[in-house]
Amino acid sequence: MIQVSHLSKIYNTGDVETVALDDVTFSVQKGEFVAIMGPSGSGKSTLMHILGALDLPTKGSYMLDGENVSNVADDDLADIRNRKIGFIFQAFNLLPRTTTMKNVMLPMVYAGIPKSERMKRAQKYLEMVGLGHRLYHLSNQLSGGQQQRVAIARGLAMNPAILLADEPTGNIASSQAAEIMAIFQKLNDEGHTIIMITHEQDIAIHARRIIHIRDGKISKDEINRKQKRIQEQ
Amino acid sequence: MEYAELVQESIGTLVVNKLRTGLAILGIVIGIGSVIALVSLGQSSQQAIQSQIQSLGSNLLTVQPSGQRSGGVAGAAGGGTTLTLEDADAIKNSSTITTVKNVSPEYAGREQVVAGRNNTNTQVIGVQPIYASVRNVTMSQGSFITDQQVSSMSKVAVLGSTVVEDLFGTGANPIGQTIRINGQTLTVIGVTASRGGTGFQNQDDIIWVPLTTAQKQLFGESYLTSIAVEAKSAEVMVDAQNEVGYLLLARHKLTDPADKDFSIFNQQDLLNTVNQTTGTFTTLLAGVAAISLLVGGIGIMNIMLVTVTERTREIGLRKALGAKKKVIVTQFLIESLILTFIGGIIGIGLGVLASYIYSIVTASAFVVSLQSVVLAFIVSAGIGVLFGWYPAKRAANLQPIEALRYE
Repeated sequence: MIQVSHLSKIYNTGDVETVALDDVTFSVQKGEFVAIMGPSGSGKSTLMHILGALDLPTKGSYMLDGENVSNVADDDLADIRNRKIGFIFQAFNLLPRTTTMKNVMLPMVYAGIPKSERMKRAQKYLEMVGLGHRLYHLSNQLSGGQQQRVAIARGLAMNPAILLADEPTGNIASSQAAEIMAIFQKLNDEGHTIIMITHEQDIAIHARRIIHIRDGKISKDEINRKQKRIQEQ
Repeated sequence: MEYAELVQESIGTLVVNKLRTGLAILGIVIGIGSVIALVSLGQSSQQAIQSQIQSLGSNLLTVQPSGQRSGGVAGAAGGGTTLTLEDADAIKNSSTITTVKNVSPEYAGREQVVAGRNNTNTQVIGVQPIYASVRNVTMSQGSFITDQQVSSMSKVAVLGSTVVEDLFGTGANPIGQTIRINGQTLTVIGVTASRGGTGFQNQDDIIWVPLTTAQKQLFGESYLTSIAVEAKSAEVMVDAQNEVGYLLLARHKLTDPADKDFSIFNQQDLLNTVNQTTGTFTTLLAGVAAISLLVGGIGIMNIMLVTVTERTREIGLRKALGAKKKVIVTQFLIESLILTFIGGIIGIGLGVLASYIYSIVTASAFVVSLQSVVLAFIVSAGIGVLFGWYPAKRAANLQPIEALRYE
C-alpha cells in the first residue's frame, strides 16, 4: 500500500542545512494500523507531510497505492490527496459555522461527486462514527471529541487508501480520546489502513505496529503485541 | 468541480460572515450609487438648461446694436441707437435674404409699473404680434397684441405671470384692469402662460405692449433695442446670420465688418456653449464619483485580503482535501464578484432613487441614462475581477502545510 525507500528531506534555510528525514525506508501493507512515534523535532511531522502528499521529499521515492508521489505538480498532489488520503488533524480543521453534513461532503465536492451521492455517503459515515443525530449541527456547536469524529467521517468520505491521523487526540479530553481510538480500531477491523502520528505512548499502544523515529531515522519498527483494545460501549 | 457548486460554496462563506460581507458591499453601493446619481444629476440640469433656452424660441438670431463709441470708449452692448424699424423691415423684405422666416422688432426698457397701490420694477417690451410666434409666447388668459393695436398705438398691455402676482396678487384676474407706466394708463388684455424661467432671466417678469406705444408713448425713442430673427431651420442658422449681417452692413453704409455697429447672437452658439459647459460639469461629477467607485474597489480588495489572511487555515484545509489552485482562485473571484454584483445592483437602485428624489425636489426632468447604468454595472463587475484577482491568487498559492499550521 505504502512504500517508502531511502526517503530524505533537507530544509535549506540560508546557509544552514537541516536534515529532517535521513534515508528512511519502510512499507505499510493494506489493513495495517501503524503508529509513528517520536518526540518533537524527530522528523515525524515532516514524514507525515510527505506521507500526506502535502510536501515532496528531497531524495528517495514514495509510492502510495501504486502511484509515485515523488515528483508531481501542485494540482496533481491535490488530486492524490483528494482520492487517496483521509486526513485527521490535531485541530480537527472543520469549516467554521458550517453543518457537519457540509463538512463531510467537502472532499466529495472537490471530487465532483453528485449531490445526492454526497448526501448519502456523508450520512452513512456520520452514522458510522456515531453522529447520526448531529447531521445538521454547526461545527462550533460540537465538543472536541465530536468534532474529531466529524473529521474522521470526512476522512472516510472518499474511501481513501489510507487514513492519516496527525496527533488525533492532542486537542481532546482523555475520555473522548478513548472513543476516537475505539473508532480507529473498529475501522481497522473493517479493513481500513490507518497511519497515526503521535508523541504519546498511551495513544500509540492502540496501534498494531509502532515505528519509532528519532533524529530523522527509524530507530525501532515493532509489532505491538500488547495492543490495547477498547471495547465500544 | 462545477461552477454552480462553487457559487453555492461562495455564497455559503459570504452568508456566514455577514458583517464583513455587508461592509464590502457598502463600499461598492456608495461608489456605483454616486456615479449613477451624479451623472443623471448632470444630465438633468443639462436638459433643463437646454429646454429653457429652446423655450425662448427656436432657430433664433438676436440682432442688437453695439455699444456706442465716443472718443474710442466703448459703451455697453445693446446700448446703441443704430437699429431701426426700417432695418427690421429690410430684413423681412430684402431679396438677398432667403433663409429668414420671421422678424420681430423689439424695444425693451425697464420701468416702474404701478397698479392701484402695488408697484414693481420690470421689463417692458414693445413688440409686434409676430413676437409671440418668434419667441414662443403662449397665452393663459386673454389675447396677445394685434396688428391693429400696433398701428393705432393702443394703450394695452400683456403681462407675464410674475408681474400679475406682483401687481394684482396670486391667482387674480387682471384682464380689463389698468396699470400705469411712465404716466400712461394701459389696459391689461392678456396674461402669458408661465415659461418657468429662473436662472439668468425670469421670462415671466415681463410686460408686453405694442411696439409703437412703447417707442412713442412710454419711452419717446424711435430706435429698436433688438431684432429677433427666426431662421427657417437649424441648418441655415449660419447662412441667416451672414445674410442679415451683410444686409445691415450695407444699410448702415459700413465697408469693414470690423466697424459694425451691431452684433448678432446665434441661439445655437449659446446652446452649444451651454452644452459644453454642462458637459464639463457632468464629466467632473462623474470623475468625483469614479474616485469613490475606485475607493470602493480598493475596499473590496482590502476585505478580500483580510479574508485570505483570516481564512488561511480554511484555505489550507481546502487544499489538503483536494482543492486545486484553479478552484481556490475561482472561489475567491466568485466571492468578490458576488460582492460587487450585489453592491452594484443596490447602488444602481439607490442612485436611480436619489436622482428621482432630486428631480422631484427641483421639479426638473428625471433622467437616468441606460448608458451610465450599464457602464456602472460593467465597472463594478470589472472591479470585482480586478481587485479580487490579487487576493485570490494569494489564497491559491498558499502552501497547505503552512496554512494548516497557521494560528
